[in-house]
Amino acid sequence: MSRTDWEVVIGLEVHTQLNTQSKIFSGASIAFGAEPNAQACAVDIALPGVLPVLNKGAVERAIRFGLAVGATIAPKSIFARKNYFYPDLPKGYQISQYELPVVVGGQIPLLVPDGKGGAYEKVVNLTRAHLEEDAGKSLHEDFHGMTGIDLNRAGTPLLEIVSEPEMRSSAEAVAYAKALHALVRWIDICDGNMQEGSFRCDANVSVRPRGQAEFGTRREIKNLNSFRFLQQAIDFEVQWQIDLIEDGGKVQQATVLFDPDSGETRAMRSKEDAHDYRYFPDPDLLPLVIGADWIERVKGELPELPAALSARFQGEYGLSAYDATTLTASRETAQFYLDTVAAAGAANAKTCANWVMGDLAARLNKAELDITASPVSATQLAGLVARIADNTISNAIAKKVFEALWNKEGESADAIIDAHGLKQVTDTGAIEAIIDEVLAANQKSVEEFRAGKEKAFNALVGQCMKASKGKANPAQVNELLKKKLG
Amino acid sequence: MIDSSLKDIAAALRDRKVSAVELATESLARIDAGNARINAFVTVDHDGALTAARAADARLAAGNGGPLTGIPLAHKDVFCTEGVLTTCGSKMLSNFVSPYDAHVVSLLKAAGTVMVGKANMDEFAMGSSNENSHFGPTRNPWNTDKVPGGSSGGSAAAVAARMVPIATGTDTGGSIRQPAALCGITGIKPTYGRVSRYGMIAYASSLDQGGAFGCSAEDCAVLLSAMAGHDPRDSTSLEQGPEDFARECTQVGAQPLAGLRIGLPKEFFAEGMSDDVRAAVEAAIAEYRKLGATTVEVSLPNARLAIPAYYVIAPAEASSNLSRFDGVRYGHRAAEYGDLNDMYCKSRAQGFGGEVKRRILVGTYVLSHGYYDAYYIKAQKLRRLIANDFATAFEQCDVIAGPVSPTVAFGIGEKSDDPVQMYLSDIYTIAVNLAGLPALSHPAGFGAGNLPVGLQLIGNYFGEARLLGTAHQFQLATDWHRQAPAGF
Repeated sequence: MSRTDWEVVIGLEVHTQLNTQSKIFSGASIAFGAEPNAQACAVDIALPGVLPVLNKGAVERAIRFGLAVGATIAPKSIFARKNYFYPDLPKGYQISQYELPVVVGGQIPLLVPDGKGGAYEKVVNLTRAHLEEDAGKSLHEDFHGMTGIDLNRAGTPLLEIVSEPEMRSSAEAVAYAKALHALVRWIDICDGNMQEGSFRCDANVSVRPRGQAEFGTRREIKNLNSFRFLQQAIDFEVQWQIDLIEDGGKVQQATVLFDPDSGETRAMRSKEDAHDYRYFPDPDLLPLVIGADWIERVKGELPELPAALSARFQGEYGLSAYDATTLTASRETAQFYLDTVAAAGAANAKTCANWVMGDLAARLNKAELDITASPVSATQLAGLVARIADNTISNAIAKKVFEALWNKEGESADAIIDAHGLKQVTDTGAIEAIIDEVLAANQKSVEEFRAGKEKAFNALVGQCMKASKGKANPAQVNELLKKKLG
Repeated sequence: MIDSSLKDIAAALRDRKVSAVELATESLARIDAGNARINAFVTVDHDGALTAARAADARLAAGNGGPLTGIPLAHKDVFCTEGVLTTCGSKMLSNFVSPYDAHVVSLLKAAGTVMVGKANMDEFAMGSSNENSHFGPTRNPWNTDKVPGGSSGGSAAAVAARMVPIATGTDTGGSIRQPAALCGITGIKPTYGRVSRYGMIAYASSLDQGGAFGCSAEDCAVLLSAMAGHDPRDSTSLEQGPEDFARECTQVGAQPLAGLRIGLPKEFFAEGMSDDVRAAVEAAIAEYRKLGATTVEVSLPNARLAIPAYYVIAPAEASSNLSRFDGVRYGHRAAEYGDLNDMYCKSRAQGFGGEVKRRILVGTYVLSHGYYDAYYIKAQKLRRLIANDFATAFEQCDVIAGPVSPTVAFGIGEKSDDPVQMYLSDIYTIAVNLAGLPALSHPAGFGAGNLPVGLQLIGNYFGEARLLGTAHQFQLATDWHRQAPAGF
């Protein structure tokens, strides 16, 4: 059998760390990077007698997420205990939501690169999202023959977002994860810092012969903390499962880990030794009741969402789906673009988009700068776009002006154009004079053109632009040159 | 002085007829003299008590005293006390010194009480006889061959022996009312959520409730008033503000209970009660009629299911609540072990006693995959039925009266080999916890072997003041509550 006979089925469970001030059930801080156990209070270390109190900020962020994905916010949800023993789980149970989660359903629209330079649209349905607490960390490296326990992370609020098994390739899984990552940052519930573990993916992967209705047996790849690892791990896992089945083996349900060094996945535990977590409702916490008024208030505070903004960019500004999606990949980028268009005028929206996604993005990328730290402001970029639009400068000159703005050589595009005399020549007489000179000096090209060689014309245009130091309006040069050679 | 009512002690303190230091000294002297015989205390804090007493005296001298300022008391060793050993009756916590005070402890500190020590108890509040303590059984001051009841047996025995005028306790299935009855004192378990559970080491979270012991209903009312109130650190704490539970403890004529309807559940009087207990309970009810109350038969048809429901729900919660005692961060850790799993197994095998292990095993079983619905969910449904029974009964009556325990105090060792017989001693008290209702036990006479018998009064939700006021009228007309065991 060849590879194309297999269909890949992927569902993702993403743990997003909520950016509250304090933990989900205690008042301790969740700031990253403190000395071990400096941010673990009596509740976090599970002293005898302590009790959890739910952080409203965590609930509010869950509501925000639910509204942003068009989900149902459960009027009543329940916190349950998931019981297992581990040294970095101080209570011997994790408080999580099991049977009744706070967010039910919802959808994430995404654009998946097709691998041929294009992209296609897809909508991934969500099963649920639920609130839970994170565990601490076991530090195996730093203590000779012993394990250190750091409970700073214990009790950090997480929203676990579970998708339906609707992704059919690693590219779709990555596109989904990226869209989700952008969204949680957009609605400001998670800082999205993947290195620090604020956004961690578990991928449930299975394969089945194309056309088969039931799913194959899945294996769950745990704790993928970069989009690249997500892609690599899924690709490896898919090939491993296909090879196994084609060799006559059967996939056993298991939890696996991805080793970034070898690029391989490796079984951690099989279904046989899976825990019985003995879930039951936590008697220390009342059911979480969310009234319509709370939901309405949160709704009123939500920013315009990326999907809505993308639709607006396509509708009002005539941008392509791809451009609109790119510009709404982050709230900062979208805001920069909106500010640019506001200053340059809606008529120049397409040019603004080209600059934000093109030269600016490339330059920021090279300098490893976030768009919020861009040396060229939205107003400055808008000034540049305006001068392109009114033919003051050509695109070629514009690139020079942009570079000068980046290097802080002037306050505005206009100031730089003036200072360097870059104003485009649109005076017909002046352009004709340049053309006459060029024609006189390039008789050979003129003859070739007359002999039917179209390329010679382009060479002449180039000579004219060069003679004008790039300042001649290219369209006028074209037109006048045609007339002269006519 | 310690034998007097709280009201009289407080007046004497206020009038500087006695000092808090003198009271504390008297209390400590009685403990030093009698504790070897009854083992009511795990820890006696001489220095802490005297320091607190001096502070109380300063406060009284400045005229800032309250009704509890300078009053010696014992805390059940389930309440965390900063800087003082908190063992919960277990080897697991035999070395545990809490870095913080339970909410109840800090409230009572603020009220100016003087803690003389921590009272013995069944390990993790699991038991009805106080025989399950790692620190040895507490003995009944009325007869030291008998149990004091449990799990708050140390608190009850200490008050009965007049070592302290009041003590705190907790009641998960009868752990205040049953020892109060068996020791001949008064004890109240309030409505679930009245008293914060913060810092009260959890046994079964949905049933555990702190409460008060004293020699009279009025003393219990004063103590409970200082313990109760909303605590934002306990999500199950009721929103109710402070309340004076002694407000109905007044003197009102010859028929003070005229109009009060007392419900008598026919199931409580059908069978199972020993003859001596029945005689005392019925005499007490007759006394209530003399005080003007009327009685009406009510029915609690599902009450018989309370014990099986309780022994699913309580162990289920306990199995999870006690998971934190793993030897990693505090408490007992085995001296020698192989890997991590071995450390857990050995530390817990060594740290927990037999009854605790039994309930952890039962609880783990009923929560297991495939058994959860048949046991845990079913038990929760029974719980609802039991609560509904009480709601129906309270349509016909204001309080419910009945026995606390089917027998007077039994012998030490008599039931310790038969857990089911032991569980049945809570048959009249457990339904109340499942419903979350307030209930008290007050002395109602003596039975076989001249051992005390208690009467249980069960109130509707938030009905503590009514319950205590009712018992107070009984105590104005009788003197059972004034009887004290000899020799202490």
